[in-house]
Amino acid sequence: MNVLTLLVEWFSDPAQWTGSAGIPARLGEHVHYSLLGLLLSTVIAVPVGLLTGHTGVGGFLTTSLANFARALPTIGVLFLIVLLAGIGLVPVVCALVALAVPPILVNTHEGVRGVDPRLRDAAVGMGMRGREVLFKLELPVATPLILMGMRTAAVQVVATATIAAYVGVGGLGRYIVDGQARQDLSMLLGGSVLVVGLAVVTTLLFAGLRRLLVAPGLRAEAAATR
Amino acid sequence: MTAAYDWVSGIVDWAIADWSHPGEPDRGILARLLEHMRLSYVSILIGLAIALPLGLACVRWRPVYPPVLTGVNVLYSVPSIALFFLMLPYTGFSDWTAIIPLALYTLVILLPNVVDGLRQVPEHVRQAAVAMGFGPLRRLVFVEVPVAVPVIIAGLRVASVATISMVSVASLVGLGGLGQLIVSEGFRRQFDAPIVVGIVLTVGLALVTDAVLVITQRLLTPWAYAGKGRSARKRAARAEAADAGDDAVTSGTVSDHGESP
Repeated sequence: MNVLTLLVEWFSDPAQWTGSAGIPARLGEHVHYSLLGLLLSTVIAVPVGLLTGHTGVGGFLTTSLANFARALPTIGVLFLIVLLAGIGLVPVVCALVALAVPPILVNTHEGVRGVDPRLRDAAVGMGMRGREVLFKLELPVATPLILMGMRTAAVQVVATATIAAYVGVGGLGRYIVDGQARQDLSMLLGGSVLVVGLAVVTTLLFAGLRRLLVAPGLRAEAAATR
Repeated sequence: MTAAYDWVSGIVDWAIADWSHPGEPDRGILARLLEHMRLSYVSILIGLAIALPLGLACVRWRPVYPPVLTGVNVLYSVPSIALFFLMLPYTGFSDWTAIIPLALYTLVILLPNVVDGLRQVPEHVRQAAVAMGFGPLRRLVFVEVPVAVPVIIAGLRVASVATISMVSVASLVGLGGLGQLIVSEGFRRQFDAPIVVGIVLTVGLALVTDAVLVITQRLLTPWAYAGKGRSARKRAARAEAADAGDDAVTSGTVSDHGESP
């Protein structure tokens, strides 16, 4: 049977849209885990990145650790944490944080490091102190790169939250796990399409956030160098 | 302290006992490791085989580049786990189910690096080659590509680490090399030793591959390390640090993409 017709049938079945196993409920769970993971990682990674980028202390250690973390297979980390700590929301969020911190941290660090030294000199020349230089100059200039790191992290988190279903919690991954277990191809494909859709929406959201948060002057500059 | 020692030595004992099974070439840790290497290296090589000509075309015909880059980025935002499952109806349980998505993902890192590498060939170098009588093809093969090698290899390093750690996700569709240890031998049997061994070997493979690429670069571009090699290394370091893409913040040099399971 054609894959497209399978998908259309699955999505048009009204039973998919209600109840605790319906698409809205599963989507809500998925967004919940993803947001929790992303917010926690941002709260951890951005301050650390700002600090190491601003002071230059521990920069090598930070980037090496982050590169090492990138080589870790996510499902291995998730399954190991669940095996050692038990099933539940906490191990899942821990694994998501382990995954999302490196890209945000590296981009924040590099974003602050990469601020044009002439701009920094000008800020100091205008009488700004270290803290003011960080929050009035370095943070705004680094924002595009920080947001890009967050976007990378967010897409990975949304994708990985799918695996949460393998360790017994909800989310869109349930369709993939249950579809696989019941040999129900339409359910499996429907779940995959929903995850793809959520990832694309996430990417678009960050494009919007970029418009909102990046200073107009920086946007013009980025457009000019294109 | 002794508990930690017992835990580690238990894992090591399991790893030694299950390393390989004589007469059963498909079982054991070694077989999974070799499968992991096959899946990741084939994907990276296919990605490079696509990125090189595509990058050349993007440099030659400039307007082609932005739409191609956007397309590659959109593709990258598709989670790998979903893409593996979406491939199933077409490729079944063959290696291609893992290789095709993985190869496509490497493009988001490799393509911008190939394009940037070729674009940063200094104009005086190009002109010197023309003055020496090099035609376009010879100039490309003997001058432009070699000068671009450091940036291309910087991209390969990021892409190979990302690919090697992503292969494990394919174990959810029954492929995936070392991921098989993690999923079927470890998690389904609630047994931690295979998971730890799977993680350690994956990270080890990524680090060894990275080291091999660094050495390859040194051999291919000895001039970059003679005296004024700093700029090339700095460039490579920057290529690793920044993120990719359509957002021209780092003038297009990308790639902070880890895995996207």
